[in-house]
Amino acid sequence: MDAIYWPSFFFLLFGGLACAFAVAVLLSSNIVRMAFYLVLSLAATAGLMFLAGAEFVGAMQLMIYVGGTLVLLIFGVMLTSQERFVEMHTWAGDWVKGFLAGGALLFVLIYAAFSIPAWRGIERATVEAIPAQKSVTPIAMGLLGARTDAPDRSGYLLPFEIVSVHLLVVLVGAAYLARAKRSRESKIV
Amino acid sequence: MAPFLLELELFGIRLCPWTWLAYTLAGLVHIALILNLVAVGALIFIWLERKISGRIQDRLGPTRVGGKFGWLQTLADGIKLLTKEDLMPEQADGFLFKIAPYVSFCASIGAFIAIPFAGGAYPWISQHLNAGVFFVLAVLGLEVFGVILAGYSSASKWSLFGAMREAAQVVSYEVPLGMCIVVPVLIAGSLDLVVIGDRQAGWFTNWLIFHDPFTFITFWVYFTCAIASVNRAPFDLAEAESELVAGFHTEYSGLRWSFFFMAEYGSMLSVSMLAAILFLGGWHGPIPVADLLGLQPENGFALGYLGQLLGATNVILKGTIGVCVMMWVRWTLPRLRIDQVMTTCLKYCTPIAAVMFLGATVWLFNWPGKNFFGLLDVPAAVYEISDGASGGEQIPSVVTPADRVAFEASTETKNKRENL
Repeated sequence: MDAIYWPSFFFLLFGGLACAFAVAVLLSSNIVRMAFYLVLSLAATAGLMFLAGAEFVGAMQLMIYVGGTLVLLIFGVMLTSQERFVEMHTWAGDWVKGFLAGGALLFVLIYAAFSIPAWRGIERATVEAIPAQKSVTPIAMGLLGARTDAPDRSGYLLPFEIVSVHLLVVLVGAAYLARAKRSRESKIV
Repeated sequence: MAPFLLELELFGIRLCPWTWLAYTLAGLVHIALILNLVAVGALIFIWLERKISGRIQDRLGPTRVGGKFGWLQTLADGIKLLTKEDLMPEQADGFLFKIAPYVSFCASIGAFIAIPFAGGAYPWISQHLNAGVFFVLAVLGLEVFGVILAGYSSASKWSLFGAMREAAQVVSYEVPLGMCIVVPVLIAGSLDLVVIGDRQAGWFTNWLIFHDPFTFITFWVYFTCAIASVNRAPFDLAEAESELVAGFHTEYSGLRWSFFFMAEYGSMLSVSMLAAILFLGGWHGPIPVADLLGLQPENGFALGYLGQLLGATNVILKGTIGVCVMMWVRWTLPRLRIDQVMTTCLKYCTPIAAVMFLGATVWLFNWPGKNFFGLLDVPAAVYEISDGASGGEQIPSVVTPADRVAFEASTETKNKRENL
């Protein structure tokens, strides 16, 4: 049994689970079940992240995507959907269109992934020679503008700041839109 | 943890000749321990809840089953639940209805994977994650998913109302909860729960709750949000037995129903243990008994083991006290309305947590290396411990020739990529 390379085994396991649940999202017609399968698929992807040693990204995946799907499910779907969207039925034409669009995207992605030489043909010995980096400190340093792996210490402070300010604007905007509206008509009356 | 199993020998025979078996065994031991903690913990907590509620309401609580104090009452109830019929409404979504309790239960147990029970150089933790706090927070958030699935799939308006309230509650408590957790992370300088716990080694004066006035208030905001996150009164809107029959679990019976409760008591323990590790010293007691008696790994395996055992007892005890406080709160305060819950979390807890976060940052900037409201110095040993436990990620201050070579190599491959 030691001949089995266990990281590959778990990669195939989690990858297979993610793909299987993704297919289940397509095949089910009930929208809440779809969301449930989507959560499972995203959780399996988080498993892949943990397997790769990217704990922070894995936890992030659980927090944002799995938790986000929850909120999406409740507020976007269960509260707003009309009767005919709760049980969705797809016609043959939809399947054809979906397969065309999805297949084209898959083709482009696979082509891109395999056309980059640095991503191809990495030997197992090379992978094992890379020291395991399990600390989240380099991520934080990189976002604060001091990458530990680049000799010139060039980091991502500006993108980080732009994203932060952008999110702040979105939050303020959401609070503004969702505030209790005092209708002007009632004032006049 | 697993590699040492490989080297175990008994009478010259290696006990475990296969790597995969060693890893599987080590994993199973961890799973068994965590499952036992949650299941047996729930058994004891339910009995404790009955006793505490009885005393608060001037009753006796269970007295008969198992002799004194009725301490076998929960076990008897468990047997009763096992024999109950597993009912399901005719209109229910069968698959989701059946799987919902397990979702809650798995999320509740999953959080314990990354919660340490003792620290030091050889921490007692199932998976020593570098982003431990974040992982625990993310997994605990998933418990709600089971509640909402249960509420939706029951095909009952009471259950659906419970699920909707739960969803509204989630979006309101998660923001202040996350903000409160950031404060200890900021002071310890790590997302690693073992490092945060060991930052508070020594006497109770080193606990982060006493670090400065801001962390003291942060702890109470955290505890309020933690009660909201485990759906306990006064935040048990999803259940609300006086208005919604039993809320999200109205249609459940038997063992499936009890899974929801095991999940609830499990996550009560995990948020309380998280509070203990983040604010109340974790495995380092009010009095450092293990340090005073010399129960350190340096003094031999047995003494070190004893010290760790003492630490694990300590943190579980602190968690249990937290659970007892939650019960005390539950049987003392009336239930809030849903708008009051959202007001409490969004209009009070969030701004307070934000101000405390800012205050703690300023305090840390002005008085770095101070403990106990700035009166005492942080013991020098703390820095050594945290450096050792975090794996000693050394950030080079100057560029070495090796760095230059690596950089040039990386730019070379980058150029090649661009040429392609």
